[in-house]
Amino acid sequence: MSIQLGSRVPHGPIEKQWDQARFEMKLVNPANKRKHTVIVVGSGLAGASAAATLGELGYNVKCFCFQDSPRRAHSIAAQGGINAAKNYHSDGDSVFRLFYDTVKGGDFRSREANVYRLAQISVNIIDQCVAQGVPFAREYGGTLANRSFGGAQVSRTFYARGQTGQQLLLGAYQALERQVDAGHVTMFPRTEMLDLVVIDGHARGIVTRNLVTGKIESHVADAVVLGTGGYGNVYYLSTNAKGSNCTAIWRAHKRGAAFANPCFTQIHPTCIPVSGHYQSKLTLMSESLRNDGRIWVPLKAGDKRPPNQIPENERDYYLERRYPSFGNLVPRDVASRNAKAVCDEGRGVGETGHGVYLDFSDSIKSLGVDLIRERYGNLFDMYQRITDENPYQVPMRIYPAIHYTMGGLWVDYYLMSTIPGLFVIGEANFSDHGANRLGASALMQGLSDGYFILPYTVGDYIAKSKLDKIDTGHPEFAKSRAGVADLTSRLLSIQGSQTVDSFHRRLGRVLWDYCGMSRNAQGLELALGQIRELREQYWKDVTVTGGADDLNQSLERAGRVADFFELAELMCLDALDRNESCGGHFREECQTPDGEAQRNDQEFSYVAAWEYQGPEQPPALHKEPLHFEYVQPSQRSYK
Amino acid sequence: MRLVLHVWRQKNPGSRGRMVRYEAGDVNPDMSMLELLDVINEGLMVKGEEPIAFEHDCREGICGSCGFMINGIAHGPLPASTVCQLTMRHFKDGQELYLEPWRAKAFPVIKDLVVDRGAFDRIISAGGFISVPTGSAPDGNAIPVPKEDADRAMDAAACIGCGACVAACPNASAALFTGAKIAHLGLLPQGQPERHERALRMVTQFNRENFGSCTNIGECEAVCPKEIKLEVIARMNHDFIQASRLRR
Repeated sequence: MSIQLGSRVPHGPIEKQWDQARFEMKLVNPANKRKHTVIVVGSGLAGASAAATLGELGYNVKCFCFQDSPRRAHSIAAQGGINAAKNYHSDGDSVFRLFYDTVKGGDFRSREANVYRLAQISVNIIDQCVAQGVPFAREYGGTLANRSFGGAQVSRTFYARGQTGQQLLLGAYQALERQVDAGHVTMFPRTEMLDLVVIDGHARGIVTRNLVTGKIESHVADAVVLGTGGYGNVYYLSTNAKGSNCTAIWRAHKRGAAFANPCFTQIHPTCIPVSGHYQSKLTLMSESLRNDGRIWVPLKAGDKRPPNQIPENERDYYLERRYPSFGNLVPRDVASRNAKAVCDEGRGVGETGHGVYLDFSDSIKSLGVDLIRERYGNLFDMYQRITDENPYQVPMRIYPAIHYTMGGLWVDYYLMSTIPGLFVIGEANFSDHGANRLGASALMQGLSDGYFILPYTVGDYIAKSKLDKIDTGHPEFAKSRAGVADLTSRLLSIQGSQTVDSFHRRLGRVLWDYCGMSRNAQGLELALGQIRELREQYWKDVTVTGGADDLNQSLERAGRVADFFELAELMCLDALDRNESCGGHFREECQTPDGEAQRNDQEFSYVAAWEYQGPEQPPALHKEPLHFEYVQPSQRSYK
Repeated sequence: MRLVLHVWRQKNPGSRGRMVRYEAGDVNPDMSMLELLDVINEGLMVKGEEPIAFEHDCREGICGSCGFMINGIAHGPLPASTVCQLTMRHFKDGQELYLEPWRAKAFPVIKDLVVDRGAFDRIISAGGFISVPTGSAPDGNAIPVPKEDADRAMDAAACIGCGACVAACPNASAALFTGAKIAHLGLLPQGQPERHERALRMVTQFNRENFGSCTNIGECEAVCPKEIKLEVIARMNHDFIQASRLRR
């Protein structure tokens, strides 16, 4: 056992732990900070906010993104909002309640101390973003407006129309650009990290490919931070941006960073259903729509009448019926599973039968069309643009889609992975959402990690480590560059007959069928075999056109899909090993009599952290036990 | 349906480009423009030919990565949308489409339909921010913002930085882009302390980047996928002139 999973959670009462940790941290002399280089990979909410803050503190920061500008990172597409325990409405919210909701929402598979800190910091995030000029929605009196979100009974979600992620990201991007201007951050757009360099057990840099010139380059640092997002695109069809990938975290995993809970993926209940085989991605409709929209399907299977001809007493508002207290606002995993269940019963709507109605007619009647337009206008427009149907007149059709991955690289309380000096933030780590993430929590976690946690913990690490001076001529860098160049030429030399995307689609299909909304042992075994077979074919028959020395989008994709294959296998292994249902991980063998997820705390109250053991070797499983002192694990109920 | 595409192919910044004709049969009207390119590219790759390079990421009209000219119109004929949101049902069976990269000196072509929009980042870097180091912010409700101001700031802040405004402008001006950020921050109380400095620095950078000047033609507003209004340019000019006068 080479990996140690010490969570390094400070002692003492939970509300004092972060204070305690900060007090115990060693500081870097302000005059010395510029002598230390920190690499930040990824420029989304987590990466950009971390790079900006580290720059403000005076570190020499290098920030990398594969897009043409840091402003394009996929955080930009988050619609609904960001949670904060401000309790501006005096409706009973508090740091403890946000903490409680998040631990419960995650189905008791997250680390209490991390979640509590997240809830504490949530209030600072809003202040910071307001000061940056993020145009949050306001009440007429000029104060900040809020709305409700799934999994909560208080109104704690701050938003900027349906573009909250965009506005928060632009705030972080602008803070980042300010540091670029100040000379503290050097930005490397159109640059992809292809390897992590570990020297004497410490992360000391990365090897990258310049996506325009194809040049393989090395970058040395005192610490490396990955904020490279989630791996939902392993399913091919997801709500992620097309470029979102697992390459940075996967290659770090292969260098020794444990991968935690890879099978914890989130299926978002409100997406526009798949329409054709050419489809390249799925479009999310913000969960906030569930505030005023009512979800239903026909009572009878096979009822093909148009929605407005189905009388009220022949409709089944199944969420309101099954969960009277949360109704349409149940958490995402519950809403998604219920949608699948009614469609499996043959009651799904639309041409494919894979859809349920999200109906605004009652809200339009009671609140008026103007208010609905003000709240959701841009979402309604987006829906109409894609489907050619007017949601003011006919109910929307929605279906669940892969949206977020709670799993990611394992980190301790200091957000450091099992490789000293390698930090992982935002969706790329596993830390705060357990087995299911609540709405409006991803933005909160990304910014909490980037603005308020990582800048402290990186300093502590740098202050405590005695790192040798090295340069890119070090043999480990040379080895890494050679490995990257070799992989590139291998992909280009196969010259097979099938495209990267055609493989990716098939891989996605296998995962969706057997490691998607519900899973069972037999299916997972089957998937493992099919994935291995597909992967073998891939390395024999994929076609990658063009060369290595210029912009080559098919080569970029080929490398990413190669990593997805390996990750997919680990996801299935993890899902197989976790013989319980929890949150988004629903094992058909483990359910309550009324079909809810049945946890098994006796055996599975742990984080599964997988260690890479080499090509074609089974990974080693390490367990970080989870203890709940403040929120007693219970059967999650939203009834 | 069937479509004929003429696409600008250019291997790299140094080489000469040309239009190449592609025929697409069996086009599904629900496909997006980018999905049509995906299908064409799949066909090219199976034949061992290099696919058409184009920029894209979120494919839901918010990241600002995608964009090219379709029959001379930035982002094509559908108002208020990007090419990733443009479905084929907006074209006629048998129609011919001409796809070209953004045309502007400040946006050099990298390959095919991909251009370098780094100038936009440099304009933001020059002053498109509010200087508030992490941790130094007062409570979110400490400064009330009238709802109308917040809404107008949001209208301007919706810019996705795609570059359509520059491509559509006969002068290749970045006035709408620059004005949008100046208006967004200048409309909010938080943006007041640096308002003049911001306008001076951003406009100075914009002039350094080979963009042309604004002559109030309005093509930019017509193609903007986020419907940013020309009035942001008036705000930019106002702030810049006032700042220049105060500086003397």
